[in-house]
Amino acid sequence: MKILVCISHVPDTTSKISFTDNHTKFDSNGVQFIIGPYDDYALARAIEIKEATGGTVTVLNVGEADTEPTIRKALAIGADDAIRVNAFPSDSYFVAQQIASIAKEEKYDMILMGRESIDFNGGMVHGMVGEMLGIPSVSPVMKLEVEGGKAKMAREIEGGKEYLEVSLPLVAGCQEPIAEWKIPNMRGIMSARTKPLKVVEPASNDTRTKLSQYQMPAAKGAVKMVSADNVAELVSLLKNEAKVL
Amino acid sequence: MSILVFIESAEGAIKKSSLEAVSFAAAMANGSPVVAVAMGSIDSSALAQAGAAGASKVLHIADARLDQGIIQAYATAIAAAMAKEGAKTLVLAKSSLGDPVAARVAIKTNASLVSNVAELPNTNGGFKVKRSIYTGKAFAEVELTAETKILAIKKNAVTLKEDGAPASVEAFSVDFGANDFGMNITSTDKTTGEILLPEAEIVVSGGRGMKGPENWGMLEDLAKALGAATGCSKPVSDIGWRPHHEHVGQTGVKVSPNLYIAVGISGAIQHLAGVNSSKVIVVINKDADAPFFKAADYGIVGDAFEVVPKLTEAIKAAK
Ligand SMILES: Cc1cc2nc3c(=O)[nH]c(=O)nc-3n(C[C@H](O)[C@H](O)[C@H](O)COP(=O)(O)OP(=O)(O)OC[C@H]3O[C@@H](n4cnc5c(N)ncnc54)[C@H](O)[C@@H]3O)c2cc1C
Ligand SMILES: Nc1ncnc2c1ncn2[C@@H]1O[C@H](COP(=O)(O)O)[C@@H](O)[C@H]1O
Repeated sequence: MKILVCISHVPDTTSKISFTDNHTKFDSNGVQFIIGPYDDYALARAIEIKEATGGTVTVLNVGEADTEPTIRKALAIGADDAIRVNAFPSDSYFVAQQIASIAKEEKYDMILMGRESIDFNGGMVHGMVGEMLGIPSVSPVMKLEVEGGKAKMAREIEGGKEYLEVSLPLVAGCQEPIAEWKIPNMRGIMSARTKPLKVVEPASNDTRTKLSQYQMPAAKGAVKMVSADNVAELVSLLKNEAKVL
Repeated sequence: MSILVFIESAEGAIKKSSLEAVSFAAAMANGSPVVAVAMGSIDSSALAQAGAAGASKVLHIADARLDQGIIQAYATAIAAAMAKEGAKTLVLAKSSLGDPVAARVAIKTNASLVSNVAELPNTNGGFKVKRSIYTGKAFAEVELTAETKILAIKKNAVTLKEDGAPASVEAFSVDFGANDFGMNITSTDKTTGEILLPEAEIVVSGGRGMKGPENWGMLEDLAKALGAATGCSKPVSDIGWRPHHEHVGQTGVKVSPNLYIAVGISGAIQHLAGVNSSKVIVVINKDADAPFFKAADYGIVGDAFEVVPKLTEAIKAAK
C-alpha cells in the first residue's frame, strides 16, 4: 500500500492569534507550530495500515522552509519519506493543485488528509484533490479499514454516521477516532534526521482567492453573574435583555 | 443572473441551515432569481417551502440513488444545475455533506470557493467576503477572483427570511457519469426526531463536571424545556459518556447558536474555539475561577446538580 499523507503546519491549538503589518500578516511571534490535529490522525492511521499490510507512507507539506521541523516530526512519528512543495500555501486551490500534480506522477493507493486545517478551516483540499484526480473523496472519516482493494469507512454526518465502501485509489479527510495520535519516540527522532525530505517547486502558481485583510472578533463585554439561588433572574435576563428565549 | 442554492433535507423537510443559505442568496441577489436545487425523494410541497426563504424555483432531482449523500454524484448534479440556470454563484450551508461536495463543484466549474462565510459579500469594487479562520479566533476578508463563485456559509450569517411566496418546483434530471456512484453507502446510524447540533438555535452542553453519563438526564430535560440540542466537551465523548457527533470545539462540531449553555465545562481554549461565535453564552460551573466565565455573557457559580433542575423549572414556569 502506497500512502500519501498531507500535513498542514499550523499554530498550536492554545495559540493566541494576532496579526501585523496593518492586519495583513499572521504574527508568528511566540507561536508554536504543530502538525494539524486532524492531519495527525490521518498520519497515525496511515502508519497503522502500513504496519499491518506493508508499504510506504510519504508525508507532503506545501510550505516554506520554516515548516521543516513539522515535517521532521511526521518522519519521527513513522513516515518513510517527505516532500515539501516550496511555496506559501496561499489558498486551498493552490495547495490542492500541488498535491494533485505530485499524486498524478506517484499513483498513491490512498491520499489521507485531515478533515480540515485549523488555520483556514476550509475542509476543502481533499475534495478538490479528489476531483482533480477523478477519484472518490470522502470526509469526515472516523473509521477506515482496507480490505482487498476496497476501503470500508465510517463518515460522520449530523446526528450520527454512515458506513460506506469505496474502491482504491481514494482521498479521505480524517478525524478522530480513526486512530490515536502517535508521539515520536527517541529512535524515531534519531532516524527522522536522515530520512529523505525532497523539496520541489510548485507545479502551478494559480490561486482563486486573494486575502485583503485579517480582522479580530469584537471584544466580549463583561460577564453578568447571577446568584445560584435566583435562577429565575437568569431566565428573565435571557428573555428580556439578551432576547434569546 | 440567477444564484443557485444547494439545499439539504432531513426527515422530509428542508434543513434550517439550507433555508438560511437561501435567505443569504436572496439578500445578495439584488432582484436576480434565486434557484434552489434539491436531491432525492422529498415531497414537492416540502420543497416549495424554499420560497418562504426567498427562492423563486426549486430544481428537484428526484433520483432515488440520491437519497443518500453520494459526494461525487451530488457534485455532478449541482454543476449540471448551475450550467442549466447559467448560475455563476452557488451558495450552500456548511455541513458534513456540503463541504466535500462544494470542493468538487469548485473544480468542475473553475470557481473561487470560500468556506465559513460569516456575512453577506461586499461587492463595492471586487467581490469580497468575511470568513471565519483559526477556528473562530479571527476573521479574514477574502476576494474571490474567479468569475464563478461558491460560498459555504456559517450558521447565523444572515437572518432567516420567512415571508416569501411558495416556490415552483421543477423536475430536473442529470446524466451521471460512470464514476459518480463509486461510493456505496451500506448503512446509516443516525438519531431521529432530535434537533441536530449544528442546526440548533440553543445548545445545552455538558463537561466532565457532570461526573458520568447517568447524569445527562437533567441536561436532556433542560434541553427539552428549551427546544435545544445537547453537546459535550471532548473528554466526555472520548470516554464514551456521549456520542462523538456531540463533541463541540476546535476538533469537534463548531456551533453558532443564539444561546449556548455550558454546564461543568472548564472553558479550555480548544472548547471555546468551537463556541465563540454563539450569540449569548451562559456558564454554570462550581468554580468561580473557571476560565469559561471570561468568555461568558451570563454566569452562575454553583453545583450543576442543584442549579440545572432549578433552571429547567424556571424555564418551564416562564413559558
Ligand atoms: C489538540 C487538542 C484539541 C482539543 N480539542 C478539544 C475540543 O474540540 N473540544 C473540547 O471540549 N476540548 C478539546 N480539547 C481538550 C481541552 O483542552 C480540555 O481538556 C477539555 O475541554 C476539558 O473538558 P471539560 O471542561 O469537560 O473538563 P475539565 O477541564 O475537567 O473541567 C470540568 C469542569 O467542571 C467543573 N465542575 C466539576 N464539578 C461540577 C459540578 N458539580 N457543578 C458544576 N461544575 C462542576 C469544574 O470546576 C471544571 O471547570 C483539546 C485538546 C487538545 C490538546
Ligand atoms: N499547506 C498544506 N500542505 C499539505 N497539506 C495541506 C496543507 N493545507 C491543508 N492541507 C491538507 O488538507 C486538509 C484540509 O485542509 P483545508 O481544506 O485547508 O481545511 C488538511 O487537513 C491537510 O491534510
